[in-house]
Amino acid sequence: MNIVVCVKQVPDTATERKLRSDDKTLDRDAADGVVNELDEYAVEEALRLKEAHGGEVTVLTMGPGRATETIRKALAMGADKAVHLSDDALHGSDALATSYAMAQTLKKIGFDLVILGSESTDARTGVLAAMLAERLGTPQLTLANKVDVDGTAIAIQRVTDYGFDKVEATLPAVVSVVEKINDPRYPSFKGIMAAKKKKVETLGIADAEIAAELVGLAGAWSEVAEFAAAPPRAAGTIVKDEGDGGTKTADFLASKKFI
Amino acid sequence: MNTPDAHDFLAVDHDLTDEERAIRDTVRDYATAELLPHVADWFDAGTIPDPRGVAKGLGALGVFGMHLSGYGCAGTNAVSYGLACRELEAVDSGLRSFVSVQGSLAMTAIHRYGSEEQRQEWLPRMASGDALGCFGLTEPDSGSDPGSMRTRARRDGSDWILNGTKMWITNGSVADVAVVWAATDDGIRGFIVPRDTPGFSANVIHKKLSLRASITSELVLQDARLPGDALLPGAEGLRGPLSCLSEARYGIVWGAAGAARSCFTSALDYAESRTQFGRPIAGFQLTQRKLADMLIDVNHATMTALRIGRLKDEGRAHHSHISFGKLANVRAAQRVAAVARGVHGANGITLEYPVMRHMLNLESVATYEGTEEVHALTLGQVLTGTPAFR
Ligand SMILES: Cc1cc2nc3c(=O)[nH]c(=O)nc-3n(C[C@H](O)[C@H](O)[C@H](O)COP(=O)(O)OP(=O)(O)OC[C@H]3O[C@@H](n4cnc5c(N)ncnc54)[C@H](O)[C@@H]3O)c2cc1C
Repeated sequence: MNIVVCVKQVPDTATERKLRSDDKTLDRDAADGVVNELDEYAVEEALRLKEAHGGEVTVLTMGPGRATETIRKALAMGADKAVHLSDDALHGSDALATSYAMAQTLKKIGFDLVILGSESTDARTGVLAAMLAERLGTPQLTLANKVDVDGTAIAIQRVTDYGFDKVEATLPAVVSVVEKINDPRYPSFKGIMAAKKKKVETLGIADAEIAAELVGLAGAWSEVAEFAAAPPRAAGTIVKDEGDGGTKTADFLASKKFI
Repeated sequence: MNTPDAHDFLAVDHDLTDEERAIRDTVRDYATAELLPHVADWFDAGTIPDPRGVAKGLGALGVFGMHLSGYGCAGTNAVSYGLACRELEAVDSGLRSFVSVQGSLAMTAIHRYGSEEQRQEWLPRMASGDALGCFGLTEPDSGSDPGSMRTRARRDGSDWILNGTKMWITNGSVADVAVVWAATDDGIRGFIVPRDTPGFSANVIHKKLSLRASITSELVLQDARLPGDALLPGAEGLRGPLSCLSEARYGIVWGAAGAARSCFTSALDYAESRTQFGRPIAGFQLTQRKLADMLIDVNHATMTALRIGRLKDEGRAHHSHISFGKLANVRAAQRVAAVARGVHGANGITLEYPVMRHMLNLESVATYEGTEEVHALTLGQVLTGTPAFR
């Protein structure tokens, strides 16, 4: 089975994240880049499927040059090779444009199964899996906390508010995973050292037959019109319990229309 | 110009390669998520309750014998090994000791001095953490002067018969195999002693006030009979065990920097959040002086470790370089731990904070693998040409 895992480099959530004042895109220099956490679950799931069914795991990332750090981590965990889609023309792509660029690349490199994390910690749109499936003309099996493959049949458990749905389809397909799905492995030292020698193919937009006018800031359908820093948190209200703490708490919640 | 990062003030880690950084991050992530949450309880209990589980986890990463090549070992450079020691000891010296004893002492002895059969039999299982090893050199009456050991090995036909007691042996009572050093008619030799050897037993040493998240034991050899091929063929004389100790000491050079960093970080956080006399204690001049002194010690120790690591990878590390690092860094870490303990006030004496745990652990770290005096004498001998050990 030919599995492609999409991974994204995101700013470390532990550091302060900023937008650039000039073009209102993410300031990638302001924070350390790390692998989007949910994507580690996607990599782990891909590795487990490969271990059970054989095949190959390819990492696909779209991002600037320094995103290779993210690729190395996925390769160190055990992925076989990587494709890095990197082109200045992609800077500022919105979700629609990203899905187009990624779909073009996926068509080019081929796949039986595409696995993604269900959202990224930076943009948090959570729509990429659905958009990719639509563009690729494959079934979308999103928000999976369990994946089973049997020949060309694939079944997942989709997490819902009320429990889970069982969703079945036939490969090729696109799957997005949630964090309950597994426990991602730590890269071993042997894996880290072997990652250096694994093949990373870098593609520009021309290589992947991506039309320049459909991507980047200019090709984006959505636009960041304005942004502002979150207001500092107001000081909290301290309720002193003088035997009536319960009533006071309830009054407070009622005043905010929580109850 | 950005303000320097308090946690790596001199940006020492900027000099690491991508691979070294990846190994550092893996050990740091693993140790923080899997070991740190339990270590205070283990220290409190005075043991590592599931040493096999800890060994399996560390083995899966590839920590054991990581700087050795072949036989299932990862084959990293010395700096990477040092970084792993630093990140483990930032959690607890007991965990770094666990790794030092397995990888630098027991595995290095077998890797360097063992026969091909001995290596094949033990190293892959020890690298994966499926088998645990220990290293028995010290005796009740023979510490800094190991040449005075009383444990004897004598021939009986093709077999060897060992008699004697080894003391303060890390992981002794949980090990599957002990590398035991004993005096023979031809000088000191090393032996591979499987735990089920008749006449061999191990007893846990209780009531320790230091390195409590570590198992320390006494090994007793009473007419322990070993086949002829239990002898390590490549090691003759004291040089054998001493060369293994030099490997483990190298890990301590880095480990001490980790313990110091942990104490400093905790003290900085605490000083910023603790308010007395109407403001954070970090705002007082006396506290700032302490923070500055700790910062200097931590960064000196880290630089020393990286410098010695680079020398080692270039094949230029003299045993006295390691003595320099062990003496300087453990002493620096002890200073930092004591000051950090004070900054935490009463909270500093509890296991809620890492400072007193490190402070107590460092007493063992200062003693084992050559005391401060022994390393000072080593440096003195190199400087003056005059040995002053006896
Ligand atoms: C927790 C722990 C774990 C250990 N694990 C192991 C292990 O796994 N394997 C192992 O073999 N050993 C182990 N050891 C033993 C350790 O290596 C010894 O304790 C160490 O070598 C010191 O020996 P000693 O305790 O007999 O002290 P001694 O050698 O008796 O020293 C006592 C004091 O005298 C000083 N002194 C000695 N000689 C001189 C001199 N010539 N000039 C000036 N001062 C001198 C010393 O510096 C020290 O201050 C461990 C020890 C501890 C505490």
